[in-house]
Amino acid sequence: MLGKIWAVFRKDFLIELRTKDSLNAMLFFGIVVLVIFNFALAPTRDSIREAVPGVLWVAFVFSGTLGLNRMFASEKDNSCLQGLLMVPMDRGIIYLGKTLAAAVFMFIAEAVIFVFSLVFFNLTVWSEIPWLILVFFIGTLGFTTVGTILSAIAVNTRMREVLLPLILFPVVLPILVNAVEATGIILNTADYSALKLPLTVMSTFTIVFGTLAYLLFDFVLED
Amino acid sequence: MPGLIEVNGLAKYFGRLSALRDLRITVPQGQFIALFGRNGAGKTTFLRILAGLSRPSAGIVKIHSSEPGSQRARRVIGYLSHNSALYLDLTALENLRFYARLLDLSFGNSALEERIARVGLAGRAREPVRNYSRGMQQRLAIARAFLHDPSLLLMDEPFTGLDQEGTEFLKGYLNEARTQGKTCLMAIHDPVIGYALADRLVVIEKGVVALDLARQSISLDEFQGRYRTLTEER
Repeated sequence: MLGKIWAVFRKDFLIELRTKDSLNAMLFFGIVVLVIFNFALAPTRDSIREAVPGVLWVAFVFSGTLGLNRMFASEKDNSCLQGLLMVPMDRGIIYLGKTLAAAVFMFIAEAVIFVFSLVFFNLTVWSEIPWLILVFFIGTLGFTTVGTILSAIAVNTRMREVLLPLILFPVVLPILVNAVEATGIILNTADYSALKLPLTVMSTFTIVFGTLAYLLFDFVLED
Repeated sequence: MPGLIEVNGLAKYFGRLSALRDLRITVPQGQFIALFGRNGAGKTTFLRILAGLSRPSAGIVKIHSSEPGSQRARRVIGYLSHNSALYLDLTALENLRFYARLLDLSFGNSALEERIARVGLAGRAREPVRNYSRGMQQRLAIARAFLHDPSLLLMDEPFTGLDQEGTEFLKGYLNEARTQGKTCLMAIHDPVIGYALADRLVVIEKGVVALDLARQSISLDEFQGRYRTLTEER
């Protein structure tokens, strides 16, 4: 099973490396968001740390949504999804491979956007980086876990680009609220014991929704 | 003896539109069936249901006594439509390697290249599929769809867009499949090609089987006449 998940991921990664369809758009959009906030906030060094968690997650989520929109749209071209569905294997494998690919693409975009945010907002965060990586990792996994199945639902509709954010954002609100809170704790208080609650909520959400999505994926893709 | 495919009272609705209604057919092992019908008659919907890509609204469909869409049924099915289901940014070899991994086939590069050569694409295996012509893509799609050597071939207008050479190639491929005892259901518009390849001629009109004949029982001209009358009548 792991070999097949890896095969789906590797295929998506290889195509992305060649086309750069998703990553270019994700990076461009994320950096534009940072530029806009950089002008809007005109920050002093102290106050900016309070705004950065929200700004970062807005940039992450908007760029991640662009990536998710492409996840299944590329499979619809040339009816590739049909070819995948005909393979005699558990169709949940497609979901897991796609979620892994979406998470990796989003994580790459986040890393670049984060580096740009350090420059734009003049932040120094060396000691906080391991904690930030942990929050970004769990937040991204939660976001893509839900986003991948909703992207599969949206791809069969005429207005998929519009529909995905409309159905995605309300569902991932618990992840986003807790990710912003956890990022804020790391950047502003350094009280790492306070991270327990938001990280637990994000992890539980990811596991519950991931399991549901894996089990329901088969039904989502059929007419 | 039960058929390889058993369909009873099959219906499919898309909202208020009925694509299939009370369709009944039994297909024994090794039979080649050409499915005729106008656009929108229900041929593609029928094949998609058999392939497990679409759920029936009513009725019973069994393939080897299994539900269509079950892993057991998918193991024996090779599904080919006029869309190739190939990734254009991957090479032919990468496409087949990807599907071979998902199918648990331990084919090395040389075995896959041999498959690619068998469909007439020798020397083009490491080229992106995007560079292929429509006919070349369809040849590779055949190699992809039948990589796991399925015993039941479901083909939805496989000759669409093929040039003369591609058409001859596909005919040869299907004749070879027949000698291997494979079963085939093929939706097709061209009565001449369909008649030449099939053992049984089935016309679907408005979601039901309107005509079901053994090829030996009717000449091509007679069949074309009855087919024309049938589609014009309705």
